[in-house]
Amino acid sequence: MATDTHSGAEPAEQYNFDIVKKFAVMSLVWAVVGMSVGVWIASELAWPFLNFDSPYFSFGRFRPVHTSAVIFGFGGSALFATSYYVVQRTCQARLFPDGLASFTFWGWQTVIVLAAVSYVLGYTQAREYAEMEWPIDILIEAVWVSYLIVFVGTIMRRKQPHIYVANWFYLGFILATALLHTFNNLAMPIDLFSMKSYSLFAGTQDAMTQWWYGHNAVGFFLTAAFLGMMYYFVPKHAGRPIYSYRLSIVHFWALCFMYMWVGGHHLHWTALPDWTSSLAAAFSILLLMPSWGGMINGIMTLSGAWDKLRTDPIMRFMIVALSFYGMSTFEGPMMSLKEVNALSHYTDWTVGHVHSGALGWVAMISFGSLYHMMPRLWNTRMWSPRMVEWHFWLATIGIVLYIVAMWISGITQGLMWRSFDEFGNLQYSFAESVAKMMPFYAMRAIGGMFFLTGAAMMALNMFMTIRQGQRENAAAVAGKLAHA
Amino acid sequence: MEWLSWFSRPENTKPLALIIFFVTFIGILIYVYGSRKRGQKLESYRDIPFLDDQDANKDKQ
Repeated sequence: MATDTHSGAEPAEQYNFDIVKKFAVMSLVWAVVGMSVGVWIASELAWPFLNFDSPYFSFGRFRPVHTSAVIFGFGGSALFATSYYVVQRTCQARLFPDGLASFTFWGWQTVIVLAAVSYVLGYTQAREYAEMEWPIDILIEAVWVSYLIVFVGTIMRRKQPHIYVANWFYLGFILATALLHTFNNLAMPIDLFSMKSYSLFAGTQDAMTQWWYGHNAVGFFLTAAFLGMMYYFVPKHAGRPIYSYRLSIVHFWALCFMYMWVGGHHLHWTALPDWTSSLAAAFSILLLMPSWGGMINGIMTLSGAWDKLRTDPIMRFMIVALSFYGMSTFEGPMMSLKEVNALSHYTDWTVGHVHSGALGWVAMISFGSLYHMMPRLWNTRMWSPRMVEWHFWLATIGIVLYIVAMWISGITQGLMWRSFDEFGNLQYSFAESVAKMMPFYAMRAIGGMFFLTGAAMMALNMFMTIRQGQRENAAAVAGKLAHA
Repeated sequence: MEWLSWFSRPENTKPLALIIFFVTFIGILIYVYGSRKRGQKLESYRDIPFLDDQDANKDKQ
C-alpha cells in the first residue's frame, strides 16, 4: 500500500490517504451509475415504453439497483473515504491496519457489484434498502466488522487525548449499522447452494423489524454519519471552529436516544399495535429539536463570514445541504403524525420527502466535502471552479423540480384515493390517479436529469483535477531530482 | 428468579425504559451545561480539526 502525505497542509505525521483516494473516486463512479439508473427508472414511469417489455429493464429490478448504488455505493464510499480521512487527521494517527482497510475497500465494492447483478437477475429478499440475499449479507457483515476494527484501532492510536465529535457520529453510525444489518437479516437459507432464505420473523414482527432497520438506516447511515462529515468539513472549509461544541454533544446523544424508536411511524394504520406507532410518532416529533439544534450549529459556524456564501460554491453546497437537513427533518415529523400520514402514506409525497433528504442533504454535503477533500489529497486545486458553480445550480434546480413534482403528485394521489361519491363509492379508479400523475412523473425525471448532469460534471471535473495533480506532482519530483 | 418475570410485562418495562433514558439524558445535559469551567474545556475541543495544520506550519518553519 502506498503511503501519502497529506498534500495541502503536509502534516508532520504520514497518513494512509491511498485508501481515502480509492473510496473517494469510487463514490463518484457510483454517484453517476446510481443516479443514471435513478433517472432511467423515473423515465420509465413517465414513458413506460422504456421498460422494453423485458424483466431485466423493469422498474422492480432496477429500483433496488438505484437505491443500493446511490446509498451504499455513492453514500457508503463517501462515508468510508471521509471517515478514514477525518479519523486520521483529528486523531493525528495513521489508519490501523493498512491491510484491513484495503479489505474494506475491495469487500465493499464487491458487495455493490454483486447486489446490482443479483437484482437484475431477479434475486431479492424484498426488504427495503436491504434487498441483498444472504451470501451478500454475510460479506457485508465481514466488511463492516473490519471497518469497526480499523476505525476503533485508529482512535486507540490517537495522539489527541479527546476524540473529536465528528468521530462520535461516525462511530455511532458504524455500531448502529452493524446492529441493524445483523438483526434485520436474520434468516434461514433454504439450501447451502441457494440464494433464497426465509426471514426469522413473520407477519407484523417482520414488518416492524424491517422498518426498525429502514428508518434507522435513514437515521444512522444517512443522517448521523453525514453529520460526522458536516462537523469536520464545514468548520474546516469555513476556516472557523464549530459554533458550539457543547451543542454538538447534545445533538449526538439526543439523536442516538431518539432515532431507535421512530421506525414504527412507517406502519401507521396497519396491524402494528396502535401504541407502537403512536410512540414512534411521539419520538419523531421530539427528534425535531436535536435535528434543528444540529442544523443551527452547522449554519451558525458561518456567523460573521456570510460573505463566503457569495464567493465560494463549495461553502454553498454545505450550507444548502444543512438547509435541506432542516427542511426534511421538519417534513418527516409532520408526515409521521397519524392524520397527515393517512393522506401521505403510499403516495409520491414520501418519495419526494426521501429525495429532499437524499439529494438535498446527503448528496449536497457529500459533494461539498469531496470538493474540499479531493484536491487536497492530490495536492492541487480544482481543475475548473466554474464547473463547481454550474454543478451547484444544476443540483439545486434539479432538487427543487423533483420535490415540487412529488409534492403535487403525492397530495393529488392522496386526495383522489380518499374521495367518495354521494353513494359512498370511491370516486376515482386507481388507473385514473395514475393517469393524473404523468406530467409530474415527467417533471420529476427532468429534475433527476438536472441532478445527474451536475454529478457527471463533477466526476469529469474531478478526473481532470486528479490528472492535473498527478502531472504537477510528477513535475515537482522531476524538479527535485534535477536539483539533487 | 420469579422477579425476572416483572421485566416480561410491557406495562413495567416501558416506563422503566423511559425513566432510564430520561435520567441519563438529563445527566448528559447537566454534565455539558452544568459547570462553566467544564464548558470552557469542552468548547476548547472545537479547534481539533485545525491542530494538524498548526503542526504542519511549525514543521515548515
